[in-house]
Amino acid sequence: MNPMPTSYLWFIPLLPFAGFLINGTLGRKLPRTTVSAVALFFTALPAALVAWLWATMCSAGASGVIETISRPWIAITDFTVDFTLTVDHLTLIMLTVVTGVGFLIHIYSVGYMAHEEGYWRFFAYLNLFMFFMSVLVLASNFLLLFVGWEGVGLASYLLIGFYFKKKSAADAGKKAFIVNRIGDFGFLLAMFLLIVHFGSLSFSQVFDTVAQHPGWQAQGAHFLPAICLLLILGAAGKSAQIPLYIWLPDAMEGPTPVSALIHAATMVTAGVYMVARCHVLFNSSPLALSVVATIGAATAIFAASIGMVQHDIKRVLAYSTISQLGYMFLACGVGAYAAGIFHLLTHAFFKALLFLAAGSVIHALSGEQDMRKMGGLRTRTPITFWTMSAGVFAIAGIPPFAGFFSKDEILYRAFTSPNPLHIALWLVGLLTAGMTSFYMFRLWFKTFFGESRIDQHGDGQHSVHESSWIMLLPLVILAILSVVGGWVGIPAVLGGNNVFERFLDPVFATPAAEAVVSTTSHGLELALAAISVLVAALGFFVAYVFYYKKPGTANAIAERNRPAYAILSNKYWVDEFYNIYLVTPLLMFTRGVMELIFERGVVNGSGRAAGTTVRGFAWLTRSQISGNIRSYAGWLAIGAAVVMAVMVFGSSLWAHL
Amino acid sequence: MVPTAYYLILAAMLFSIGIAAFLIKRNVITIFISIELMLNAVNLTFVAFAHMWHQVAGQIFVFFVMVVAAAEAAVGLAIIISIFRSRQTLNVDEIDLMKL
Repeated sequence: MNPMPTSYLWFIPLLPFAGFLINGTLGRKLPRTTVSAVALFFTALPAALVAWLWATMCSAGASGVIETISRPWIAITDFTVDFTLTVDHLTLIMLTVVTGVGFLIHIYSVGYMAHEEGYWRFFAYLNLFMFFMSVLVLASNFLLLFVGWEGVGLASYLLIGFYFKKKSAADAGKKAFIVNRIGDFGFLLAMFLLIVHFGSLSFSQVFDTVAQHPGWQAQGAHFLPAICLLLILGAAGKSAQIPLYIWLPDAMEGPTPVSALIHAATMVTAGVYMVARCHVLFNSSPLALSVVATIGAATAIFAASIGMVQHDIKRVLAYSTISQLGYMFLACGVGAYAAGIFHLLTHAFFKALLFLAAGSVIHALSGEQDMRKMGGLRTRTPITFWTMSAGVFAIAGIPPFAGFFSKDEILYRAFTSPNPLHIALWLVGLLTAGMTSFYMFRLWFKTFFGESRIDQHGDGQHSVHESSWIMLLPLVILAILSVVGGWVGIPAVLGGNNVFERFLDPVFATPAAEAVVSTTSHGLELALAAISVLVAALGFFVAYVFYYKKPGTANAIAERNRPAYAILSNKYWVDEFYNIYLVTPLLMFTRGVMELIFERGVVNGSGRAAGTTVRGFAWLTRSQISGNIRSYAGWLAIGAAVVMAVMVFGSSLWAHL
Repeated sequence: MVPTAYYLILAAMLFSIGIAAFLIKRNVITIFISIELMLNAVNLTFVAFAHMWHQVAGQIFVFFVMVVAAAEAAVGLAIIISIFRSRQTLNVDEIDLMKL
């Protein structure tokens, strides 16, 4: 096959944008089949282009980086920003996730949204999201990345608040947007610092400059850690890490395909992608790396512990997503960027699958999301059951499913990392793995096994139905990927050769990482893998006893440890804490100071003053407009007299002044 | 030969009378006549200066003013007639429709 011309890269983002324009402007009048055909067509084409890109980049002798011709965007004296798209191996992985999983979720949405109002609006937003997400991963400089970054935030806001007539959905959208603003603030400041210290926002220029000055770290250049920490703030907002994770659970108010696409597979991984993309910067600052690892580990265990006691099926998955994103951060923080991206890839498969399958369950139960009112769905929705099982086993880390390889890689790299906290990080990761296994199997047992607890009123029992083929097809594909997706990264000790990591080597290759890998023994790696499988099996066993063998055990334990359970089920009161200590003072400040003094005093006051002045002058002049011709004539005569006086006496007057 | 200053003083007097009449009188036609008076006062200064400087331009300008004044008189009188027809008065104090 011919190599793909670089200018075709532009089509990857622009085609979904065309779909957005068509559906966004004409969609209201088009029939549903046309709307979905447009949306699918404009997401299938980029996916095909990405496949072509794979062929191009994997062909023999292909360079590791493909770049479009740069077009100037901003040029201020010697500071320039270009419109340039770049593809390297990291971007290629991200593009595959975005266009591939995105396309599958588009297919699923056709079935899932079939009976919803605002069908065209949904697909227009979804295509808009694909546009911005492609821009984000294809960008070759920080500013273009930021455009995509903000754009996906916008699409996320629109889709969380898709059911905008519901107050909770509209509020959740606003919450997501505002919390992300805090992160974006950090990102912006980081970009300003980059401009000040590097005079450029281009990835290659900034990273080359850092690479050429290895002495900066030793000389104690403070701007590198500062830039990194600000970038972490941005990443924490977008990727829902402590302390900015609070928006993601609420984001589940959006339709389920949105949760799968934006809030599990793609957008929330943008922070991880950004950290991996800036690995040169982060490697130069051990402090920043430690912060990333700590935030990641803390978020992982924190969110997992909340996820164990949630009852809403989508909330469990939401906390699970936060927890898994924490894993990816942990990987990046210990310098194992390839492992983080590997987990990002497998997570995109199995978490999208889990969300879509959960959506299928919700669809089957006509909108019921509470797991206490599910149960026994195994026989009623068999395909959903089997596909979801693949996802559950994958995320729980049971070999040979996808999640096992990526999670194990992260744990192993955490254990062997030079970070002084490495044992603690590994322990936290291991504990999280156990919790993950527990809450996923809890979900699995509660939903698909045991007695049916479906509400009996109405014909609820009879209407339980398997979803249509258009929803099941993506499930099946994703289930297959969740099983085999991890096989691209089988480590050497298990007989593979970690193709995935080799593939990303051109991007992440660092001598230090190579050294670590070669010095540790294979025995240790095997032992660690065995421990993590044991922990996962333990999680399975506990869930099995609690929710299948002896239902009610969990409730009894919760009764006995009431305070602990209360802490978990109230999510550590973080939302309440933020409300009391941040939101309320902020509101009081805005209401008291900004509204009373600034809004009413300065803004309204200056407006009123201007109005009053004009009115006063108008009153003065209006009193002279009598309509009496003779008074006008008088003014005319006076005016003429004044002009003549100035002409005659003016020059001598000026001279004296 | 009469000195130029005499012509100018006469012109100033005529102009002042014109202004005074313009401001004092209420009848539109009288006001109109006072405008003509002012115009002719200006014409007189033109002619006087033209004579003084031996320049023909000032005299030609006077013809020009006369032509315009004639046209103005035609239009002005037409307006006055139509005002009178609609309002039955020529008192300017009662013609105050342009008031805000």
